[in-house]
Amino acid sequence: MTDKNKYRDKFPDKNPDGTNIIDLESHKFIKVWQGPQHPGITGNMSLELIVQGDEIMKCTTHVGYLHRGFEKLMERRTFIQCFPLVCRIAVPEPDFNEYCFAATIEELAGIKIPEAAEWMRTLLLEMARLTSFMMWMGGQTGAFGLGLPGQWLNYGRDLMLDRFEEISGGRIYHMHILPGGVRGLLPDGWEGRMEDTLKKLEGIMSDVNKTMFTNAVFKKRSVGLGYIDPTWVDKYGIVGPNARAAGIPKDVRKDYPYLKYSELDFDVITATDSDAYTRADLRRKEIHLSIDLIRQMMAKMPKSGEYMAKVPNVLHWKIPKGETYIRSECTRGEYGFYTVTDGSGFPRRINVRGPSYTHAVALMEKLAIDCNIADTAGLMVSLHTYPPEIER
Amino acid sequence: MKELLKDIKKRYDISMIVHQRPDEVFATVNKEEAVALITHLRDHEGFTHLVLLTAVDWLEDGKFQLTYLLNNDAKRNDLGLRVMIDREEATMESIHHLWEQAATYQRELKEMFGIDFPGSPRVNESFILEGWHDIPPYRRDFDTKKYSEETYFPRPGRVTHDPAEYMKKKLYPEE
Amino acid sequence: MSMKDLEKRTVTGPDGEQFEVDPMQDYFCQETPQVHKPSNRIWEKFLNWARAESLWILGFGTGCGAIEMRPLMTPRFDAYRYGIQWRPTPRQSNLFIIGGYMSVKTLKRAIRSYEQMQGPKFVVGLGSCTINGGMYWDSYNTINRLDHYLPVDVYIAGCMPRPESLLAGFEELKKLIKAGKAEGQNLYAENFEWYKKNQKQIIKDWDMPDYNW
Repeated sequence: MTDKNKYRDKFPDKNPDGTNIIDLESHKFIKVWQGPQHPGITGNMSLELIVQGDEIMKCTTHVGYLHRGFEKLMERRTFIQCFPLVCRIAVPEPDFNEYCFAATIEELAGIKIPEAAEWMRTLLLEMARLTSFMMWMGGQTGAFGLGLPGQWLNYGRDLMLDRFEEISGGRIYHMHILPGGVRGLLPDGWEGRMEDTLKKLEGIMSDVNKTMFTNAVFKKRSVGLGYIDPTWVDKYGIVGPNARAAGIPKDVRKDYPYLKYSELDFDVITATDSDAYTRADLRRKEIHLSIDLIRQMMAKMPKSGEYMAKVPNVLHWKIPKGETYIRSECTRGEYGFYTVTDGSGFPRRINVRGPSYTHAVALMEKLAIDCNIADTAGLMVSLHTYPPEIER
Repeated sequence: MKELLKDIKKRYDISMIVHQRPDEVFATVNKEEAVALITHLRDHEGFTHLVLLTAVDWLEDGKFQLTYLLNNDAKRNDLGLRVMIDREEATMESIHHLWEQAATYQRELKEMFGIDFPGSPRVNESFILEGWHDIPPYRRDFDTKKYSEETYFPRPGRVTHDPAEYMKKKLYPEE
Repeated sequence: MSMKDLEKRTVTGPDGEQFEVDPMQDYFCQETPQVHKPSNRIWEKFLNWARAESLWILGFGTGCGAIEMRPLMTPRFDAYRYGIQWRPTPRQSNLFIIGGYMSVKTLKRAIRSYEQMQGPKFVVGLGSCTINGGMYWDSYNTINRLDHYLPVDVYIAGCMPRPESLLAGFEELKKLIKAGKAEGQNLYAENFEWYKKNQKQIIKDWDMPDYNW
């Protein structure tokens, strides 16, 4: 961060509302694209930066590289045909899409799912949170130039994906949560293998703690980067760890308890002074919390029982007219599905509300001002944005 | 939520109230009073979080339904406001001065549905699609399968079965 | 970039001096790609072996496939022992992995990246969406057949293919290269007009030169 007062006359003037006055013809500014083909971007999104020297004066987010038109495709498919399509909306944590879709359909159709299915769903969601946080942390250190924690963490994530594969058969897209329940319960001996995996993950996390959070380079680059004021949380609609790091305790698992979270014992983690370092620290504590919740669940959940409720013939399933909104807490914040049905066999409109919609577009454009070009990648990763859910 | 609805009914004209869950209510409000009601809810009733702003296309009635989903975090309540606007001339007042992310939602609706929000910043810039010259794609009269088959070269050999017909033929071949 | 930036015009420098600039002439190549003929047999065999054992991948995560490329870098599936690395710039890479579906916006950037790569270069299509459109076959924004826009050497089917499938696909590609049959780049140069016609048919606002070398 430069000492602005010394060189005040060399910087551009400001508009009344605080934005910089940019004159591209005056050759003092250069337009740089941190475009889609870039190793420092999470996913496939681009930032159009107008820089003066090394400082960013204006940032514009461009999305749309991953648009597949999900909401239009889902209007052409029956409810059971939508179910394999849904998990590909937010690629790194697919179970939340499946859960929200199944929960809206069940609420509108009036189906109640059995106990064992609810426990199984909670377990899958916490495991998905854990894998996503591990990948995120690898990305955050990679954005600042530390390569090694990323390799450890992705190895740990691979071990978790093995456990997913034993339950559902697929590493990335599980398709295990469907309207009416789940596709199956835990196989034999799974708890023992999961406990081994959790112990290995804790070993990895203690190594990462030493190399990442006591690292002079990481601290110097991330402290003070991307400071979020608590008053912006409502104005910009910030959710998830970004809001919790600013001091506002927003957690969907505690505020609107869904599935079996009301029977588990945990506290909402908050911090004060939200900058990139604090957010990384908060997410590290969330990883430990997820490991603890998985252990609690494995002790409490029923090992056998009914896991699928009685649903009508899926080929002729017509759901009465209605609309609803279901939310869940994914790694980035509040993830929700708004579904409208009209009495036919096809959904009328399904809208996906992803937290990156606000974080990557409105908030990023505000936070990137006065940043170095080298730090924008770190800033974007610390807001934990995934482009697929912005443009679906 | 019931006292809140009684309060609002005294001053604004809301109808078609549906209590979906104990903490979630949907209600329809007129187009002219919508922004005033939303401002009142944000400033005086504690609905400070805009969850989403989306549109539903009711082609048969010739209307778009805009849904504003607001959330009161202190009392854990959700309120969904439906605003019905005309499908041929789809415009609505902008709420970008209330929340910053509303400008992004409005940009997407303009591009995908063709609903105009005059005054919203950068509402005419393309957000998701590039070089799109057809009608707004999320409208129900846009046939995406026909567009895909004509524009992108499909690989021959794809056969589609209607699942009900296929199972009927397999299980009861005589009929 | 818009078409206005590509025209010939006079600009004023920061110190007031005026000079003429012609971007199409100065910054971009005017010729179309040439077919690369192999040299004599033994030397070409050695070159093919060298190319196969050092495939450097362009780091461009175009779609869902990018998520199964990250485990390849970890010691568990270790692509580095095959000589495969990820490079951040197209000028230093010779393998382009198209991971999954391609929207029209990404296709434009992918063509630009592909044409900037130095030959001999290869393209691998990952996932079913490159073969026939996959589960987004009726979407208005994703392409259905990748080989009408870019020449593909190997397809790896799956949704998502496991990292072991990816390594098997790389083995297949190496066999093709060593046999001298990985001719994607020459196919692109020979049928350049056909590929360009297909690309321009779906990319409606074309604001790049025809050949982005």
